[in-house]
Amino acid sequence: MQPDLGAVRLTLELATVVTVLLLFIGTPIAWWLARTRSRLKSFIGAMVALPLVLPPTVLGFYLLLLMGPNGPIGNITQSLGLGILPFTFSGLVVASTLYSMPFVVQPLQNAFEAIGERPLEVAATLRAPPLDTFFSVALPLAKPGFITAAILGFAHTVGEFGVVLMIGGNIPDRTRVVSVEIYNHVEALEYAQAHWLAGGMLAFSFLVLFALYSFNPNRK
Amino acid sequence: MTSPIIARFRLAYPGFELDVDMQIPGQGVTALFGQSGSGKTTALRCMAGLERGSRGYLEVDGEIWQDDNKGIFLPTHKRRLGYVFQESSLFPHLDIRRNLEYGRKRAQEAGVSLDQAVALLGIRHIMSRMPDRLSGGERQRVAIARALLVSPRLLLMDEPMASLDLGMKGEIMPYLEKLRDELGIPVVYVSHSPDEVATLADHMVLIEAGKVRASGPLFELMTRLDLPLAHGDSAEAVILANVAGHEIEHHLTVAVFAGGSLMLPYQDCEAGKTVRIRILARDVSLVLDQPERTSILNILPARVEAILEDGPGQLMVRLSMNGVPLLSRITVKSAKTLGIFHGSEVYAQIKSVALLK
Repeated sequence: MQPDLGAVRLTLELATVVTVLLLFIGTPIAWWLARTRSRLKSFIGAMVALPLVLPPTVLGFYLLLLMGPNGPIGNITQSLGLGILPFTFSGLVVASTLYSMPFVVQPLQNAFEAIGERPLEVAATLRAPPLDTFFSVALPLAKPGFITAAILGFAHTVGEFGVVLMIGGNIPDRTRVVSVEIYNHVEALEYAQAHWLAGGMLAFSFLVLFALYSFNPNRK
Repeated sequence: MTSPIIARFRLAYPGFELDVDMQIPGQGVTALFGQSGSGKTTALRCMAGLERGSRGYLEVDGEIWQDDNKGIFLPTHKRRLGYVFQESSLFPHLDIRRNLEYGRKRAQEAGVSLDQAVALLGIRHIMSRMPDRLSGGERQRVAIARALLVSPRLLLMDEPMASLDLGMKGEIMPYLEKLRDELGIPVVYVSHSPDEVATLADHMVLIEAGKVRASGPLFELMTRLDLPLAHGDSAEAVILANVAGHEIEHHLTVAVFAGGSLMLPYQDCEAGKTVRIRILARDVSLVLDQPERTSILNILPARVEAILEDGPGQLMVRLSMNGVPLLSRITVKSAKTLGIFHGSEVYAQIKSVALLK
């Protein structure tokens, strides 16, 4: 049982770090996408959405090359004294952040777009500078979007498999997350252990989605 | 504040061009009046800095808020203005008190106090409610109070009653009149309703297809025969008069103005109070000699200033009662029979007068 608990702990840790990171990174991106009239909008939007359609192995493959000892990102991390990222927890965080990005950015973008121009104009006529308006009006009004984004980002990170396998491998307590562990159990014909974890994931995913749908009953 | 507001804006959209040059008095209510799509709201948004065209210029109370030739453009949040949107745009996540305090906290200048605004708009009893618990009229009153609480030097109102039904309009109008009479803040009021304009405005800028067609005192523009307001069944004159006294036994109130005195249905108000009186052109008939035995109470001497055809067989006559304009709609036949022409001295028989609420 012990290695399984390690995998669960690692999964939760990874999902938490990634969700927090994504809320910080995703908010400005979503805000920009929601408000810009720039021609870059379609380009950036498509980039962010790419993980939705890309096989995880493709993303994992390229990240492996980029972050590897001869890749440009690998060169940077090495010259900064950080070593190389693949097969480390940090590597998993970077990969998962990219992979889960659309699940955070898109709900936030929708929430920001739904606010519309008017409340922001009202705030400006009430002497609020733009940054103040963002924090005092846009953020509170987008709160449901943030909750959706956090839940989806967390749940999606918990559930990923392909990218983790490509970037993180299968190192116990360092990169072996639940989804990989289930795969290991099945490979080894340990169906009982696989059942525990798989059943747990099923329950978890259902509860998350159930929470999401009951939280937004009025969504039109 | 008395120095005029100077506003010039140019802004082009596909299929629409705004090109206005306005001089607006630094006091009282100025109506930007025009049909839907004439550009009046866009002009107002330009004043607020919410819309940015080219070669704009805006001066308020001697301060330059925008001069595109010199690269001056104060962003909206740095302009000392209050703005009331068409639909009340209260922040849904804040209760009424916090909505009111939102701008007050951020405006550095002291001016209108919370107590004053709350009392003026009669919203004390709803301070702790959330916006979605209020009626449309209440929400709009809060929005007006909120705009006042930033102590603006200029209050911009974009058809604040357009989204309200008739009953609610009646509920808001007295507050707007109070605001006009009690606070010395110049108001620019966008409207396409002649009724609202007649009730509230002192000055009018008539906007047509993105351009200023005419600008001047309300009483003048409403009765100018070359402008669209002085035509048709709803053409009217508005007269400012002071209550002189009452004839209680006849249930009448007497009001005086430069052109004479008028008897109104009894109003419960003190002598000296200024009232706005509306006289429809179709309620005014003309006679050459002062009638002696008639049921009509209000008969005033006037001089014919202008005559224009107004529909088949009809004429619109603009009269001056010692400088105060009045409209009369008569038939071509009557004019011929009486021999009425430009400069004729006549008596205006006013069948009905109404006090504007």
